[in-house]
Amino acid sequence: MAAANAEKYKTDGTAAGNLLEWVDARFPLMSLWNDHLAKYYAPKNFNFWYFFGSLALMVLVIQIVTGIFLVMHYKPDASLNASGIPVAFASVEYIMRDVPWGWLIRYFHSTGASAFFIVVYLHMFRGMLYGSYRKPRELVWIFGVLIFLCLMAEAFMGYLLPWGQMSYWGAQVILNLFTAIPFIGNDLTLFIRGDYVIADATLNRMFSFHVIAVPLVLIGLVAAHIMALHEVGSNNPDGVEIKKKKDANGIPLDGIPFHPYYTVKDIVGVVVFLMFFSVVVFFMPEGGGYFLEFNNFFPADPMVTPPHIAPVWYFTPYYSILRANTVNFFWIDAKLWGVIFMGLGVMVFFFLPWLDRSPVKSIRYRGPIYKWALGIFVVCFFILGYLGMLAPTPGRTLVSQICTIIYFAFFALMPIYTSLDKCKAEPERVTG
Amino acid sequence: MSCDDKVDCGRRRLLVATSVAGGVAGVAAAIPFVSTFAPSERAKSAGAPVEVDVSKLAPGEMMTVEWRGKPVWIIHRTKEMLEGLSKIADKVADPQSDRQMQPAYAKNEYRSIKPEYLVAIGICTHLGCSPTEKFKTGAESGIDADWQGGFLCPCHGSTFDLAGRVFKNKPAPDNLEIPPHVYLSDAKILIGEDKKGA
Amino acid sequence: MKKLLIALLSAPLLAFASGAELHLDKAPDRSRDFAALQNGAKVFINYCLNCHSASYFRYNRLTDIGLTEQQIKDNLLFTADKVGEPMTIAMRRAESKQWFGAAPPDLTVIARARASEFGSGSDWLYTYLRGFYRDDARPTGWNNTVFSNVGMPHVLWELQGEQVMGPDHKLTLAKPGLMKVEEYDAMVADLVGFLRHMGEPMANFRKELGVVVLIFLAILFVFSYALKREYWKDIH
Repeated sequence: MAAANAEKYKTDGTAAGNLLEWVDARFPLMSLWNDHLAKYYAPKNFNFWYFFGSLALMVLVIQIVTGIFLVMHYKPDASLNASGIPVAFASVEYIMRDVPWGWLIRYFHSTGASAFFIVVYLHMFRGMLYGSYRKPRELVWIFGVLIFLCLMAEAFMGYLLPWGQMSYWGAQVILNLFTAIPFIGNDLTLFIRGDYVIADATLNRMFSFHVIAVPLVLIGLVAAHIMALHEVGSNNPDGVEIKKKKDANGIPLDGIPFHPYYTVKDIVGVVVFLMFFSVVVFFMPEGGGYFLEFNNFFPADPMVTPPHIAPVWYFTPYYSILRANTVNFFWIDAKLWGVIFMGLGVMVFFFLPWLDRSPVKSIRYRGPIYKWALGIFVVCFFILGYLGMLAPTPGRTLVSQICTIIYFAFFALMPIYTSLDKCKAEPERVTG
Repeated sequence: MSCDDKVDCGRRRLLVATSVAGGVAGVAAAIPFVSTFAPSERAKSAGAPVEVDVSKLAPGEMMTVEWRGKPVWIIHRTKEMLEGLSKIADKVADPQSDRQMQPAYAKNEYRSIKPEYLVAIGICTHLGCSPTEKFKTGAESGIDADWQGGFLCPCHGSTFDLAGRVFKNKPAPDNLEIPPHVYLSDAKILIGEDKKGA
Repeated sequence: MKKLLIALLSAPLLAFASGAELHLDKAPDRSRDFAALQNGAKVFINYCLNCHSASYFRYNRLTDIGLTEQQIKDNLLFTADKVGEPMTIAMRRAESKQWFGAAPPDLTVIARARASEFGSGSDWLYTYLRGFYRDDARPTGWNNTVFSNVGMPHVLWELQGEQVMGPDHKLTLAKPGLMKVEEYDAMVADLVGFLRHMGEPMANFRKELGVVVLIFLAILFVFSYALKREYWKDIH
């Protein structure tokens, strides 16, 4: 890395300067600072869509900090207390009422979960708009998809912890997906649960994964994502490589130092984000039943399934894909197909860098076919998400089947339609 | 802050304004997090004042109640016990209870509101063990021939008299702590609070 | 292509057209009416707290709706010794399950749990507590319009009187109770208001704090945006 050869800091004679020199001689402080902020040259034409990367980092910090404080008061215990309430459920209400300011920290965490997915979905959509996954950023993208996967696992396990009806039955449904695996499915599911039903053992292991294992992986992946990005440099709304045009000092002509320009800009983004976030936390913490589902205010009851169970909104597109598979096909039954397609629905993002054959990166210079394809894909994604919240009916199932086919066609046909598309010529330099 | 030609004054002013506002936001956001460390409503409820009925406590006997997870002793002292206290004034470290180990209303010879009832927290001021009772007087106590009754801490051997005063030259530095308490009636003591009600 | 898009966009509307409707009456808002909430608390403690617990709600939390600790101690403290204790009950869950078929649920957060796409939890409770009617087919002799085959008998029947379900699925008051219809409705509204308050006692404070936070963020936005403009004026 360039860091090794970077010039070490020389003191200016002040006490702070001396200290900095001492540290920098022993730790690559200045080179880290320069490589990632002060001398990281980002394209000057970032638009609105480029806020979501730093916002995702911001939400990660919110989740980790609020999570640390919630763990001090939460108890992962499915046994019943003297009033017949599961201890885990009661401990959440304890946080909401008895712990000073506990309600605020809990709402930050519960709202943060949904905010994380909103921000990450928009961040991924940005990548698809401007071709940010294309060479040389394939690894940036792959780390990103891995982060997305981790986030789904993290959210799923976190949702079990309040031990309400939706926690319980949602986990019941999702963990039973593993039973679809031929031969070993039932034993595997038993192994994952650690009991014959979702029980205390399940709650405890999910808690452990949620607070320790997955966050560790997540932080590592985020570091890898950023390091890979800073190695190859950021893409931009024009999809042209700013590193191709450099001045005499080797600085990209269209690049500006991330710090201070994008730090001050991202601060504005963070403040605006916090305003939206605060509106939810302070005025609608349940998010209309989408962020905190109403049924989850009933304690988990293994004897009674709620009349209608739906996963939290961020899982519903994939839940719809799962339900859309209703036909046995070849020698595989519909249940397994559902699981396979749901898994593929996420995994398929890994292949995006190689499926896209367009000569240009940005949507600005692509032809009409990709614009339509992406538009229809997004519409289908929304419809799938919407239908995933509703109870299935024959009509709804048909619509979700059509949308599932379009969802996969978007990826499967991409090599064909992107190479057929009539693209405009990319500019030499970034525009506006 | 001075500005000369080299520094852009407008920029500096905005930088300071934003930093201050951001700093205030950061501190404000930190308050809820730090506050969660304070005792919760459950802890406060569990640590609420305790009402004790001493009407059945015979003279010369002692009872222990729990307040905030600590043993609180209530000793019904006999006349002899009270007389014994003045005999040993020169042997205890702080006979007049000048150090702040009791509320002002219990700063007297007997370290109590009513002479016959001692209310004290049964935790040794040395390192937090709970002393055991040694009410037998004289050599029979196994402590010394002049023993007037009191307490012996099993951990490091500190001794206290029946007013909770610590004897000289013992590891414990201070007399036993007297908790805030109040008589609700002749035989009802509220431990943990000075004023009646609420 | 456009037709396909229109079809796709209208699909959810089509898909939404089925599903059972639940009509709920709108519960009056009592969230800042302390007198009504205090009355609701009284009704709750007298009628509900015999069988239902509110085990996350501490008695001294009633100070939020204007009661003093002494008032709570003197008038409302039936199931606990100290005002700091929660509203638990003595009834054993196993026994109550035997009596009612299901253990009476804890009611602390019931107003949050009963919310649905048809209305708020308060609306559901307001309709439910006014929706009991005589049904001899039920072991308790009572049934309910929004909670069919409910296990709970109509505890407030002496106040409301007895309703019967007509063939048109409308309720009529067959035998009047101690209260007039409007009085009963107002009392239920108070009770529901209290249940809602109990579900989230900090709700009023939360909203007030939210206004302060948003104003502060707006100020921070002005500063940070000006700072961004200041820096970015160099970039062309």
